[in-house]
Amino acid sequence: MELAGRIFAMAIAAIFVQNFVLARFLGLCPYIGVSKKLDSALGMGMAVVFVMTLASTFTWLIQHYLLVPLNIEFLQTIAFILTIASLVQFVEMVIQKTAPALYKSLGVFLPLITTNCAVLGVAILNIQSEYSFIFAILNGLFAGIGFTLVLVLMAGVRERMEKAEVPESMKGMPIAMIIAGGMALAFLGFAGLQF
Amino acid sequence: MKLMKELTKGLIKENPVFVMALGLCPTLAVTSSVINAIGMGLAATFVLVMSNIIISLIKDFIPSKIRIPAYIVVIASFVTIVDMLMHAYVPALHKSLGLFIPLIVVNCIILGRAEAFAGKNKVIPSIFDGIGMGLGFTLALIVIGGIREVLGAGQFLGINVLPASYKPMLVAILAPGAFLVMGFLMGLMNLMKKK
Repeated sequence: MELAGRIFAMAIAAIFVQNFVLARFLGLCPYIGVSKKLDSALGMGMAVVFVMTLASTFTWLIQHYLLVPLNIEFLQTIAFILTIASLVQFVEMVIQKTAPALYKSLGVFLPLITTNCAVLGVAILNIQSEYSFIFAILNGLFAGIGFTLVLVLMAGVRERMEKAEVPESMKGMPIAMIIAGGMALAFLGFAGLQF
Repeated sequence: MKLMKELTKGLIKENPVFVMALGLCPTLAVTSSVINAIGMGLAATFVLVMSNIIISLIKDFIPSKIRIPAYIVVIASFVTIVDMLMHAYVPALHKSLGLFIPLIVVNCIILGRAEAFAGKNKVIPSIFDGIGMGLGFTLALIVIGGIREVLGAGQFLGINVLPASYKPMLVAILAPGAFLVMGFLMGLMNLMKKK
């Protein structure tokens, strides 16, 4: 029971209170870049959830069974980024072979994920917070869901903004930033949640 | 003469943050104060210059298919060096920048310059390009950090600059303030470009 409570608290924290995009500023490039259409936002979100969960799993194993025993923790950054890059490549190949339909919808987003700082960010945060194996995986999953949530919300708002009259020089990136600011302000309301 | 052009283009004309919208995550995350902005800017500049040097030296030996992973390894090595140096000599700054030091690896400015400039040019122009782009990034961070610190705390570099009767707009140093300030600055840049 207590375990379920801890998992619930972690989910709320990762998705709302410490949202990766709006509170931690991770993964902003896809947040601004891939949020013009609802479909592609959803596709990108799914791909990120998938890769973040896998990356949390593998980087945790590498940290605890390779870097710590060999006493080379200082190589963490290099090891993790290489893990993530090869993981993304591997996932891309597997999906392409086994599920062509899924590949068609996710394929274009996969290469972009390597340089999504949210993925490397969650891997490093898992180690810094000293999560156990299961919690590291869950944290990756919840962080990915939080990312998807705000990405989809953003896409919904931006689709409607198409019809709004925005001053010429604020069109595009600047207005996206202002919307993000408003959204971050709303998410600040979750900051008081305590468990 | 040409070298001076490589040096100055990064400051305004091709400013990596305001004009090319690269490296948004660290830009928004660490600019809650000017001192953090300077620390982050200089750390990224160091990595940028060093990786530009190495990449322009080894570019002829790397097969073009695996150049991106090779660039990432070079960048990650220098990020690790910066991480360790900052941990040893400026522990307070290291702590407040936290996660965003290892995340310099996935800062698209650095990989972007490696791909767009250092991979095609000789060492000396690459050094100047690195310094210019790095200083342009630092300058952008200082501008955003300065606005947020003055509005949000009434201070600049920790010194009170506004009269005591000024009530700090706390929101400017919180997450939403970062998005709003960035949005308005980008809009302003667009406005100036058109004139």
